Amino acid sequence: MPEWLTQAEFVIERDPERCIQCKVCVRQCANEVHRFDAELGEVFSDSDKCVGCHRCVSLCPTNALSVRQVELDFRSNANWTPQAIRNIYKQAEQGGVLLTGMGNPEPLPVYWDRMLLNASQVTNPSIDPLREPMELLTYLGAKPTRLKYEGGDEPRLETELGPQLELQVPVMFSTMSYGSISYNASLALARAASEVGTYANTGEGGLHAGIRPFAKNMIVQVASGRFGVDADYLNAAAAVEIKIGQGAKPGIGGHLPGEKVTAEISATRMIPLGTDAISPAPHHDIYSIEDLRQLIYAIKETTRYRKPVGVKIAAVHHIAAIASGAVRAGADFVAIDGYRGGTGAAPTMIRNNVGIPIEFALAAVDARLREEGIRQDASLVVAGSFRCAADVVKAIALGADACYIGTGALVAMGCHLCQKCYTGRCNWGIATQDPYLTRRLNPNIAVRRLVNLLESWRHEIKEIMGGMGINAVESLRGNRDHLRGIGLTDRELNALGIQMAGE
Amino acid sequence: MKRIRICEEHCIGCGLCEVHCVVQHSRSRNIIRAFREERDGIVPGVKVERDGHLSFALQCRHCEDAPCIEACMTGAMHRDPETGAVLCDTERCVGCWMCIMACPAGAVQRGASGKVASKCDLCIGEDVPVCVANCPNEALVLEDDGDD
Repeated sequence: MPEWLTQAEFVIERDPERCIQCKVCVRQCANEVHRFDAELGEVFSDSDKCVGCHRCVSLCPTNALSVRQVELDFRSNANWTPQAIRNIYKQAEQGGVLLTGMGNPEPLPVYWDRMLLNASQVTNPSIDPLREPMELLTYLGAKPTRLKYEGGDEPRLETELGPQLELQVPVMFSTMSYGSISYNASLALARAASEVGTYANTGEGGLHAGIRPFAKNMIVQVASGRFGVDADYLNAAAAVEIKIGQGAKPGIGGHLPGEKVTAEISATRMIPLGTDAISPAPHHDIYSIEDLRQLIYAIKETTRYRKPVGVKIAAVHHIAAIASGAVRAGADFVAIDGYRGGTGAAPTMIRNNVGIPIEFALAAVDARLREEGIRQDASLVVAGSFRCAADVVKAIALGADACYIGTGALVAMGCHLCQKCYTGRCNWGIATQDPYLTRRLNPNIAVRRLVNLLESWRHEIKEIMGGMGINAVESLRGNRDHLRGIGLTDRELNALGIQMAGE
Repeated sequence: MKRIRICEEHCIGCGLCEVHCVVQHSRSRNIIRAFREERDGIVPGVKVERDGHLSFALQCRHCEDAPCIEACMTGAMHRDPETGAVLCDTERCVGCWMCIMACPAGAVQRGASGKVASKCDLCIGEDVPVCVANCPNEALVLEDDGDD
């Protein structure tokens, strides 16, 4: 049946004065939007198929192309938005669940933007990070409640510290599996993490042999599909993370279609070639905190208690109780993924409507763990759309130990947030396994860009901390006195545990 | 001398190297004018070879023992003493195409006029050849092998 009700979302404007018919756009569009008519000797564009990824715009040598979002194609209606209408047309035509990629794009409040940071004036001196030492070194893992020393002239620490992850900057690369992203993208994240002194996360994709040399800067994940997991995998990495949920799709499993399971992916995930890689929604051996404890300790036994073991959960209702349970189950760090967290593929309805903002989840969990006196037993890592250094600083002030960035890292590598990761036709060579497209991401360039990003954030975090008169990230953590809310209700301020601007 | 290394694994086959080569060797050096007015008169010295998802941009290798120089009967094909680049003196070229026959890389072509040979000149006067400078994926890299 022709899809006659579905209209193009984008319109491509080609400036005939500037187009030189070089066909770069034709070669670069995996969606076959641009077409060269050899008879007429001209390039034509078919806007219908455009996903708005801007690959052609970025590569056009004469800036002849622009891609515009079609705005007035429906009769205006504040309730029935063009997206709502389009979704219905699509489902009426094809049936089935609407799929999408990346994080929640809905205009829901971003609470980071409603929190402002403090700075020193007159009564306490600010610090210039270019002239004075500024410590960003962060350790993730359980901390002892008290330290025991053996006295004498040269005191010796008696307390045995649990395994810790050492981060040069309190930002890590979030969980992105090889499979959901290309090998080049995975490799770039691992290399960049090892260059900066932070960590990348394998996701549920297993550890590819080519990435193994960087394993000491990798966190390996054990998710419900258990892909690529064996004792060797667990022991190769710096830490192990048990994935319970993901911010973009809490309560939902994963499904890597068989056509993406190439020889390399099948070897890495330890599954047969071409078979669907299905991660069940729950871990079928975890139905309680006690079950979670069993898995945590099974992993700790396997790794001889030398690696921190964390638990990643999606930010949902009662997150504080869940996180507390995870900590009591023995997690050395708890990663919480907010509702704006990204994904390679998720049902649109789930992504846009399930979960809670990371700001509230973090505030609630940090407060609860403190109340219960177990905050030192686990580090808190937060995820779910950290867009800039200021977001990271605010999260740390709210109580986080470190942040995970996923989308931000992809954007640094060239992602234009077209949200079509699930199609496997990523024009930027990131979320695809097509050998024609994966070549587009040169890992050397990607590593450079990722390192630049983290280095610039490191400088910015130092600048902001210096302005506050704080010289170590340890002193910023959970220091909510340095946050003030604007445009928030009393209940929101209370939930975040911060005062209003002016107070 | 400076050499262009082809990183085949990073070539995305976009063809921007060819586009910028044409511009560089046009009179106007303006991309739109070059393509409007002079396109037919310029054969780019770099060519993207494609086969399925594989591609790479090939230009003259400026060989140490260049067979094209050996084969040239008029001495048109010569080595630039300063840069070490293999260049074709179009004033002396008689279009016998022995250089094309001799080139193991297939990097020498007939010029647009059909009368003289045309090839990569490593962008005379530029620090970095334009194909290298404009490759969006760094599939062409300029290297200095130290030899003069």
